[in-house]
Amino acid sequence: MTSASAITLLVGTTKGGFTYTSDAARVAWRADGPYLLGSKVNEMAVDARPPGTWLMAAKPGHLGPTVFRREAASASWVEAARPPAFPKVEGEGGRSVAHVFCFAPGNADQPGLWWAGTSPVGLFRSTDHGATWEGVAGFNDGLYPRIKDAVMEVPEGSILHSIQVDPRDGAHLYVALSTGGVFESSDHGATWSPLNAGIAAPFLPEPDAPYGHDPHALALHPRMPDRVYQQNHCGIYRLDRPGTRWTRIGESMPRDVGDIGFGIALHPRDPDTLWVMPMDGTDVWPRTSVGGRPAVYRSSDGGASWQRQDKGLPAAAWFTVKRQALCADSSDPVGVYFGTGSGEIWMSADAGASWRQIAAHLPPVLSVDVVSAPCA
Amino acid sequence: MRVIVPSPLHSYTGGRSECEASGATLDALLADMDRQHPGLRFRIVDEQQRIRVHIRIYVNRKPATELAQPLAASDEVLIVAALSGG
Repeated sequence: MTSASAITLLVGTTKGGFTYTSDAARVAWRADGPYLLGSKVNEMAVDARPPGTWLMAAKPGHLGPTVFRREAASASWVEAARPPAFPKVEGEGGRSVAHVFCFAPGNADQPGLWWAGTSPVGLFRSTDHGATWEGVAGFNDGLYPRIKDAVMEVPEGSILHSIQVDPRDGAHLYVALSTGGVFESSDHGATWSPLNAGIAAPFLPEPDAPYGHDPHALALHPRMPDRVYQQNHCGIYRLDRPGTRWTRIGESMPRDVGDIGFGIALHPRDPDTLWVMPMDGTDVWPRTSVGGRPAVYRSSDGGASWQRQDKGLPAAAWFTVKRQALCADSSDPVGVYFGTGSGEIWMSADAGASWRQIAAHLPPVLSVDVVSAPCA
Repeated sequence: MRVIVPSPLHSYTGGRSECEASGATLDALLADMDRQHPGLRFRIVDEQQRIRVHIRIYVNRKPATELAQPLAASDEVLIVAALSGG
């Protein structure tokens, strides 16, 4: 049975935020924005919990990073009264937030709770719908000092890029750092354990090191929260808890395509179905469509096999798709979306079987998030 | 004293490019600016009390790099947003 409905895409770019809202058939799209034109917007988010607050991580070229908020019924963006910031340290060694990278809402029974990841690596929490933020001491002052020697600077600085909250238990968190690896907490972030066994990391002096790995994106299935997927610098992985050793499901990708990429998108109902977008990770890491032939790959069996999905995509294009710029909606059939470094938004209304461009000539796209309701 | 504010901060100053603020040091002046225009200071001074990398501050046309720099009521403070690339 088909049950598509209007959705809104939240698009973060290097020069501001945009939204694209569809009709019920996801055929016609209305663009709104830019919001905070001139600011680098790493991510926008809309709270599915009342009152439906919007958040936007913004940093213009000259000024420091901050978070803007917008009430659901308002058109005005208001700056957070206390944006994420590390504590002041006397002398040398104090850290400063360079940009807020990602948001994750708490569960339905945690109204007002948001998590945010930053660059340099940091974890922050708000309990008032994003108005004020405080550092998560168990991470920033507990875990981070122990692992910081393994946290390397990726091109735009070290980042905490993925925060996943167990929908059954809001105290149970997973985070992923580039570099650093995946870490798990079962006590609201007070204490953390590494969760990287089985992940390849040939760049580490100790191949079996407990951390120091390079996840690119982490995703927890909402219907089967014991199923965790990871797109890593060194392949695509799956972990079924309570297991603690990841399996490289990217081994079944075509050899000439490989399993390097950045984003990962999960089917909202079927834990065995997911999408990735391979990027060229050979030699100097071009981070473009492999061979200049863009394609999404879907697995419908938990990564045992993969199907190439490129119908409608350009035969030749050098797309770069960042880790936050691939997502899926909750319609049936599922809509899948990605944004490119060349300012395009592509969508599939049939679970990846065919693709069409819905926006072009945007600034480079950093993130695409989907809200399963029209809310622009 | 007179403070000249660059356009990236005009959203805090109600569109004004010149403001009046007071303080015996640059730090105190920026604190007064922040009282008048909440949020402004954090955009130009980070949490470690360092002037942000793409901000320059001049007092009477001379570079000011330390927040502890003393100020007089007759000084003119110029905040410049520069060098942020494309």
